[in-house]
Amino acid sequence: MKKLVVIGNGMAGARVVEEILARDAQAFEIVMFGAEPYGNYNRILLSNILNQTQQPAEIFMNTLSWYQENNIRLHAGVKAVEIDRKNKKVAGIRLSKEDAPYGTKIVNTASAEIIEEDYDYVILATGSRPFVPPFAGADLPGVFVFRTIDDCDGIAAYAKNCRKAAVIGGGLLGLEAARGLMTHDVEVTVIEAGPQLMQMQLDSESGDILRRTMEGMGVRVLTGSLTAQITERDGKVGGLLFKDGSALETDMVVISAGIRPITEIAQVSHIDVNRGIVCDDQMRTSDPEIFAVGECVEHREKLYGLVEPIWEQARVLADVITEKNPDAAYEGSRTGTKLKVMGVELVSMGQTDPDQPDDEVLVYRNPNRGIYKKLLVRDERILGAILLGDAEFSDTLMQFFMNEKELPENRSEVLFASVEGTTLLAAADLPDGAQICNCNGVCKKTIVDCIENDGATSVAAVGAKTKAGKGCGSCRGLIAQLIESAVGEVQYDASEHYYVPGVPLEKSQLIREIRDRKIKSVSEVFAQLCGGREHVDSKVGLASLLKTVWPKEYEDERDARFINDRVHANIQKDGTFSVVPRIYGGVTSAEDLLRIANAAVKYNVKMVKFTGGQRIDLLGVKKEDLPGIWKDIGIPSGHAYTKAFRTCKSCVGTDFCRFGLGDSISLSQKIEIRYQGMECPHKVKMAVTGCPRNCAEAYVKDVGVVAIEGDRWELYIGGAAGSIIRKGDLMCTVDDEVAVIKYVDRFLQYYREHAKYLERTYGFVERIGVDVLKGILIEDSLGICAQLEERMQEAVEAYRDPWAEADVPAYINQFQGPQLVEVVREVNNNG
Amino acid sequence: MDRAYIINLGPLEDIAIGQGRCFIVKDTEVAVFRLRDGSVAAIENQCPHRKGPLAEGIIDQQFVVCPLHGHKFDLETGQGEGGECVRVFNTWIEHGNIYMQFSPYVFIDGKITAGTNNN
Ligand SMILES: Cc1cc2nc3c(=O)[nH]c(=O)nc-3n(C[C@H](O)[C@H](O)[C@H](O)COP(=O)(O)OP(=O)(O)OC[C@H]3O[C@@H](n4cnc5c(N)ncnc54)[C@H](O)[C@@H]3O)c2cc1C
Ligand code: HEM
Ligand code: SF4
Ligand code: FES
Repeated sequence: MKKLVVIGNGMAGARVVEEILARDAQAFEIVMFGAEPYGNYNRILLSNILNQTQQPAEIFMNTLSWYQENNIRLHAGVKAVEIDRKNKKVAGIRLSKEDAPYGTKIVNTASAEIIEEDYDYVILATGSRPFVPPFAGADLPGVFVFRTIDDCDGIAAYAKNCRKAAVIGGGLLGLEAARGLMTHDVEVTVIEAGPQLMQMQLDSESGDILRRTMEGMGVRVLTGSLTAQITERDGKVGGLLFKDGSALETDMVVISAGIRPITEIAQVSHIDVNRGIVCDDQMRTSDPEIFAVGECVEHREKLYGLVEPIWEQARVLADVITEKNPDAAYEGSRTGTKLKVMGVELVSMGQTDPDQPDDEVLVYRNPNRGIYKKLLVRDERILGAILLGDAEFSDTLMQFFMNEKELPENRSEVLFASVEGTTLLAAADLPDGAQICNCNGVCKKTIVDCIENDGATSVAAVGAKTKAGKGCGSCRGLIAQLIESAVGEVQYDASEHYYVPGVPLEKSQLIREIRDRKIKSVSEVFAQLCGGREHVDSKVGLASLLKTVWPKEYEDERDARFINDRVHANIQKDGTFSVVPRIYGGVTSAEDLLRIANAAVKYNVKMVKFTGGQRIDLLGVKKEDLPGIWKDIGIPSGHAYTKAFRTCKSCVGTDFCRFGLGDSISLSQKIEIRYQGMECPHKVKMAVTGCPRNCAEAYVKDVGVVAIEGDRWELYIGGAAGSIIRKGDLMCTVDDEVAVIKYVDRFLQYYREHAKYLERTYGFVERIGVDVLKGILIEDSLGICAQLEERMQEAVEAYRDPWAEADVPAYINQFQGPQLVEVVREVNNNG
Repeated sequence: MDRAYIINLGPLEDIAIGQGRCFIVKDTEVAVFRLRDGSVAAIENQCPHRKGPLAEGIIDQQFVVCPLHGHKFDLETGQGEGGECVRVFNTWIEHGNIYMQFSPYVFIDGKITAGTNNN
């Protein structure tokens, strides 16, 4: 067996090994050198580590056990320093703690452990290092770069004791760093030497819009500022000095001034290096037994700094080295960028400005909403495009660009939603090689093969086999299209999808039967659909569904309800109940509190506790006392006991908070009034928070609303923070409270009608897919939104406070406790 | 041979249809259910798992489900799913009232056992 040594265990190195294993797991004995002391992680997601939305453990792609399982020997924390090409040996040095993996010098060469491996082939995948301009003070404590997990840890730890941070470099990574720093409560200034932000991706006008948006969020931006020196205060960073003589005070600095390929191992081993390690179309270096892949490569005089081209290179290299296709050729990539800078969506591809007189230029501006769209056309094809503030339809645009497809005559069709909201680009029309998933580099053919040969008929199943759709997820719509065109419709295992175990129907079928037969009670469901046989585990689910289908006419049979819903309180382990009055948006008053306190004393409540839902729980109330305590409190039920809308938490928002961007209290109260008591397949918790600092934890609610700069609201769905923790998916961004309510109506009603019983929104959103939901609920692709809103309105109007039953019990002995009975007579029992 | 007691639990209508109520008979809590077909069933109220009140559970023609953690018991035999068991009592209806026969515990082979339930 031939032996392959891979140098560099980053995105490219690990990927090429995966590609090789997929082609022929037995082809090579594989050894990897990785200067970083762990397995391979997704470098793209480092921004999320810095802005604290993900944990390092979540971004690992290949854990150490993956290497073991695939018989790969990984020298983690070992830097390869030389390839002895005559004796075919690679030598590496184990790095010490003081060594940065991408450093140019090794601190402790004398005592360090040397590791040698012989080889038949070598793959260089050394990536890049951050470029640090040679100004004085760059080695002071408090100066950071942004490339590895350890960098993120260092930045986060240091920021704790800082008030001000400066980011040198206003490019893509610099802005990501600025965004991350914001979440560490420091004042951030971005310093850009050029005249505008993101010169590589934006023209000057969009650069200006982005600048204004960022300033609105509290980031200072200095353009045209050339840093001369980082100045010192008490032995660490104290400020910056600029070439024009001006100065800036700062406690820490993150340098993000570009990247440079790591090439010295190639140089010392006498392999051709220009700006990067020079490779031919088969990814071979000047030594035919040594290949290279990733950011360290220079191919046809081009260097790439994004992952998509790297995935293409890795595929070609694997084809060549395993001899599955020795003539496979990499011919360069057209790349586009899609990202979110500080909540602003941005897509950029190709050139940013025209350079020939015949180039067509189309521009759409809506500066008040921070939207800018620009399309450059040459020869009926996209030469370049910029979408800022509104990236809808960017997938379509990207496909036109990457596949060099001819544009429709009416160019606006690719820049804006067409009226019917149909997808302009049919996935079926794309060529086999078209890349569908840009995050994981999966092309159409791979997906279609997986559908046709491996029987994957859901987006999730395709993802499990091919990784498609498992990055940013924006291609899931296209994958769904491919499944549909290949197998017609998505297949399900029937019983798994019954709404309740006792009635052999899926939810939609069951609803149809219930509507058609006008079934209004649980006993009627059993009578008509189950031959009269009751089923204990199905009753509660059916009751909830009937209430959803017939908000006003539903025939309430209390025996089909769980005890909590019979007596409108939460049963506790000792058989007593808890009472949670509704406190709209978590805002109460002294008068209400007095009544609650008096009632707690009068009924001998065992514990008075604040709930996680911003209200008060009175625990240990006897069933007999429930009507009395409700009347004394005089506040409607908080429904803390049922599968229904629970609360809408709020933060103090604009009224008092100095960061507040939207009136979170008022909106959360409106929401809570609207949806109070609304039955759902499972409990539904909401929150409205006044800015992205998220004090009300809206990102982890079933429905979360977040005020953002520019008087707008973001709506997140499917969040969770119980046994499962999940950040909600952004469903839409809207301009006012009315629109928030409209989309919450649609989502909630769709969830009520289509989720399985006891399916929380996080499962539901994942099962249906957020893109599909957006299509249905925002673009109204099924044409049902008007009905959803109407049925929701009906449900809202049907709301009655269940605690009104304090005066008129719903059934006999509803609030009766155990009853003592007397013996009538004694008998002799003879068995 | 052992002692048994006959108890009048009051009118059938005092239990809501399809639901249960708890009665205290000679210091023992008994859950009595009015099934949807008009019949009545009585079992020990305390769930053997963690003493949940079975009278508050949901029933069908055959089972009751404990409201605390969902353990399920057969109303006729008292048999639970996981080998647990509750006592069942004999009941009948006379003149619109529910009657029940209750036997205290007896010892058989040194183990505490329910008194026989059937005549
Ligand atoms: C914060 C951040 C955000 C990004 N966001 C995006 C994005 O949204 N979209 C996108 O397309 N791209 C993004 N990128 C760029 C993308 O991460 C890189 O293009 C990609 O990681 C390059 O892969 P690579 O394997 O060539 O290099 P790397 O991933 O850097 O891997 C190289 C590895 O080799 C190791 N190494 C180097 N020399 C040696 C040696 N001599 N011996 C042993 N090991 C060695 C290095 O320590 C490193 O671990 C981002 C990058 C960063 C830093
Ligand atoms: C039987 C056990 C439980 C009972 C009786 C119970 C009861 C409650 C009640 C009454 C509330 C207040 C809700 C409101 O104000 O509307 C609440 C909130 C909450 N519960 Fe529980 N709970 C139980 C188990 C759990 C478990 C197991 C978890 C976690 C896995 C959990 C997580 C939460 C959280 C996170 C909140 C706060 C919700 C929010 O912030 O909106 N609970 N619980
Ligand atoms: S979330 Fe609300 S309370 Fe928290 S900082 Fe933002 S506006 Fe202020
Ligand atoms: S107490 Fe009855 S199931 Fe736990």
